[in-house]
This record gives sequence, structure tokens and C-alpha cells, in this order.
Amino acid sequence: MALPLVYSIESLRARWRSSLVAVAGIAGSVAVFVAMLALARGFELALVSSGSPDNALVRRAGATSEMDSVLDVEELRVLQDAPEVARDARGPLVSGEIVVLVALPLRQAGTEANVMVRGVTARALDVHGGVRVAEGRMLTPGTAEVVVGRYARNSYAGLDLGASVRLGGTPFTIVGFLDAGGSAFDSEIWADEAVVGPAYQRPRGYYQSAAARLVARDALGALRERVASDPRMRHQVDRETEYYAKASQAMRGMILSLGALVAAVMGVGAVCGALNTLYSAVAERARELATIRALGFGGGAVVIAIVAESLLLAAAGGVLGALLAWPLDGLTTSTLNFQTFSHVAFAFRVTPDLLALGFGFALAMGAVGGLPPALRAVRVPVAVALRDL
Amino acid sequence: MARVGSTARSEALICLRGVAKGYRRGSEDLHVLTDVNLDVERGEFVALMGPSGSGKSTLLNLIGGLDVPTAGTIRVAGDAITALSRARLTAWRARHVGFVFQMYNLIPVLSAFRNVELPLLLLPLSKADRRERVATALRVVGLADRLDHKPRELSGGQQQRVAIARAIVADPTFLLCDEPTGDLDRHSADEILEMLHHLVAEFGKTVLMVTHDPRAAARAQVTFHLDKGELS
Repeated sequence: MALPLVYSIESLRARWRSSLVAVAGIAGSVAVFVAMLALARGFELALVSSGSPDNALVRRAGATSEMDSVLDVEELRVLQDAPEVARDARGPLVSGEIVVLVALPLRQAGTEANVMVRGVTARALDVHGGVRVAEGRMLTPGTAEVVVGRYARNSYAGLDLGASVRLGGTPFTIVGFLDAGGSAFDSEIWADEAVVGPAYQRPRGYYQSAAARLVARDALGALRERVASDPRMRHQVDRETEYYAKASQAMRGMILSLGALVAAVMGVGAVCGALNTLYSAVAERARELATIRALGFGGGAVVIAIVAESLLLAAAGGVLGALLAWPLDGLTTSTLNFQTFSHVAFAFRVTPDLLALGFGFALAMGAVGGLPPALRAVRVPVAVALRDL
Repeated sequence: MARVGSTARSEALICLRGVAKGYRRGSEDLHVLTDVNLDVERGEFVALMGPSGSGKSTLLNLIGGLDVPTAGTIRVAGDAITALSRARLTAWRARHVGFVFQMYNLIPVLSAFRNVELPLLLLPLSKADRRERVATALRVVGLADRLDHKPRELSGGQQQRVAIARAIVADPTFLLCDEPTGDLDRHSADEILEMLHHLVAEFGKTVLMVTHDPRAAARAQVTFHLDKGELS
């Protein structure tokens, strides 16, 4: 038979100062743990949401990213003619694109960071369905105009509507701002590939990748086979979402590893706090714990009561930590994407599953911090414990 | 009537035969109790006296199933408790023994009601039954109006009365009182002794009490003396 929960609650209340210290330690660890997960989740979502499951991304076989890929106009035409590619009244929904890195000064730090400039065709907005012009207008093909993603606008100095930005020595006018729903496109500047390519001495008729809207989601396999069997093509076809998910993996892994390290160090501290609180609680309460056992409660009941105290501390710390981490949701930050060496802005994503993970982390700390003192409490024979009082 | 020294077969409620208890301290063997034979009948109030270190509390712990002897057998109501495993001994204590300690040993964070309720949590009783039994026990000790008081809000005498209510609430086979008046003023001590006497006289309880105090021992029906581990 277990002791009533009120015993554990009241015991914690009686030592509220040391209980609060333990709760604060656990809350801090949980907040950091959730923040790191939210950072990794935000980065992943930013990249993954850049892609659409309805789109295929075509790159040169072996290319690790768009940066080291190439696709010529003939190869683009093969794609445009493929029956697996969707088309509308204006023709096939294929966007051949180039990417270049341009160093621009960051608005806050003043130092330069690489922004990705994407040279697009007139079909870009039709293929990248999640991107829309939020302010101003879309660039006019054939002109030195650019549209700027909303995160890029906030991150870099001087990217204002009507302002001029020099790309490869050519001044481009900012005519609008893009809203890409928090995806990596929000960190980019888009220009006409036919204008920005020559500004960077890129040969005409060459792209780096092509995004193609599929006629149906399951048409990817057929397109992949078509490209693989076409002797003119030496390209790989990926679903766009998978490409971006893969692209986010290295960075996500790094954030998670660092996060795990920080959370583990803080977690050890929090567990030590809980251990300290409960070891002293057990020592202070040697008389009552021995009495409880004398009355006929087994060692298991005492262990459960003390672990319950630890779990209550942990639960309070878990909730507090989650509340501390919650306001981070939506907060934007930026980092270097090692896949493309460009600066990517993204938002922390504090989702319910991450909060649940944080709460689970807290409970795990509680269990680890509660069990050793609980076992120590019942290791001493009752008669010895009563005699030593 | 309670007696010591008999080795004959007995039907007494509490029956100790050849009980010894020793400890090893470093290279030295300490013999706390040697060849104790004791019979206590149902409904008796027995006092155990003796100087400090004579083994009184050790004997009480052995009879209460808190410790096991190094030799001999202890039978309570026909059960040879010396043959029970640690877990079964724990369950046995819950059913058969009511403890009263010198320092009351109440749980400081729990109210008088919850303190008294603790032993009942080990029995298959409904919440309503528990509530009724706790109320009755606290009424017997004259603290029916102190249900919600925490131990620190009660005087020493009142705390000991709560401890007695806790000891009797599950209607155990016998009560073990280890210096129950040792921490009380004379007035409170008299009240507690009167209460123990009342439990024996009115409710037929069996009480074994360890005490240093001759006035306390005088309230018992029989007094035995322990000296250097031997009972007389």
C-alpha cells in the first residue's frame, strides 16, 4: 500500500526553499532543452517548407546541393517535355534556376554575411506555390529588378523598397518583398536569371537546378526513371521536400548535438540539485520514515513516496521550463547553412511534442534524482533507524 | 498472569522462549539480551524497567517485529514471528502491533486525522470506514476537536494522545509503548498513563510499556526488570 500523495506534497511544502531551488534547476534545464529542440525544429521546418511535395528538384548527378550542380537549356527542355511534368495555359511548370552568394552587411551586427541570390525564370512563382509577393510587385523579366524575402529584408541593411542593391557590380532595384511562409526562400533575393547570371559571368543557357511541378504526387518515380534512362541526362531527381530535409540534416544534427550537450550538462546540475534536496530531506526525516516503516508500510511504499516527491519537483520544473521556453516560439534567428554557405533566417518552433519531450526530460531527471535517496532511506533496518534517533 | 523464566509450553498471547540478541561491534560481541523467557496474557498491562542499556528497547523491538533475535522464538497470538520473512513481518506489524514512542514520532507534515489514519491505509477499508475509525480513536483520546491540527500546533501531551490514537485505530493485538511519558511533564504523563490504564481496563487491550519512571511502572499490573540483558 502506498502512502497518500498528500504526504509527498506536504513534505515538499514543508521544505519549500530547497524545493524551489531544485525546481528552478530542473526548469532551467528543460527550458534550454526545449529551446535547442525548437531551434533545430525551426531550422528543419524552414528548409523543409521550402520544398513542396508536388515538386521535383533536378540536379546534376552527384551534386550535394544546388551550388555544385549544373543543367543546360537542352536538359531543361527534356524536363519541360516530360509527361510527368504539369503544365498550364502558359506551358510547362518548370523553373530553371541559378544561385549565387553575395556578401551584404547585416542590419544589426554590421558585418557581412552571405545572402543567397536566386536567379529565377518567369515561372518561379507558379512552381514555388508557397511563395507570394507580400509587398510591392514581382520583378519584371529582363530587367535589373529584385524581390527580397522578408527575413532577408529584416536581416540585411539597406534592403528597402525602391532601394538599389549591387549584384556582381550591377545595380538592381528592389521592387517587392516575398513572403515564403518562413521557409528558406524568405532569406533569399530573387532576380531574373537572364540578368543576374551575366552579372556574375555565368554562361548563358546554363542553370544549376530546375524545380518542376509534377502532374501528380506519385509521378516522381516515373520522372526519375525517364531522366535516368534518357542518354542526354546525367541528373538526379528528388522530391523537393526530401532534398530540403536532407539539406537540413547536417545543421539540424549540429544544433541537436550542441543542444544535447548543453542540456546534459545542465541536466546533471539539476539532478545533483534534486539529489541534494532529497538526500537532506531523507536525512532530516529519518525518524518519520522509520516510524512509517514501523507502522507496517513496506520499503516500497517509502521509496514510492520519495520518488513521488522527486517527480512532483520535476513536474513543477518541467511545467516552469516549458513556460520559459514557450515565448521563444516564432522568434527569428539566423545561422549559416553549411550546405550552401548562405545565411538562413528561421524561427524557433516550440511545438506541443517538444514541450512533451521537455516534460519527459524533467521527469527523467526527477526519477534519477529521487531514486538513490529513496533507496538509502529504506536500506537502514527499522530498529537501527529508530535507535539512532 | 504474566511471568518470566518459564520454559514450559504456553498459550499466552505473547510468548518468548530462549530469546537472545547480540551485536558485533568491531571485534567485540555485545550480548544485549540472554535467554529471555516471558509470557504475557491478553488484557495485561506490563511494565519493563531497567537502567539505560539494559536491553529494554531491544526487547520491545523484538516483540514488535522491528528486529529479529539471534536465538530463541517469539510467538504472538500463536504466530511464530521469528520465522517470518522481512516482508511478512512488516505486514504482521501493521495488523498486530500499535507503537507509542517517547518522542511521539508523528508525521509533522500531516494533520492529526491523517496521522491517525496511516495504519488504516494498510487495511482493506473504505474511506468512510477509515474516517469513522479515526474519529472514534481521536474521541477515545479526547482529541475529537483537533482533527485538522498539525503536530506542531499541539502540546506534547496532545501529540502523545494522537500517537496513542494512531496505535489503537487499527485495533492491534497489543500496544508497545517505549517510554511513553519520558518527554512529558508530570500532569501530561499522568494523563497518558491514565489513558493506557483505561485502554486495558475498558477495552481489554494488552500493553507492554518500557519506562524508567517508577510512578509509571506502578500503573502497570506487572513490572519486570531487565539488567545486563537478563529479565527478572
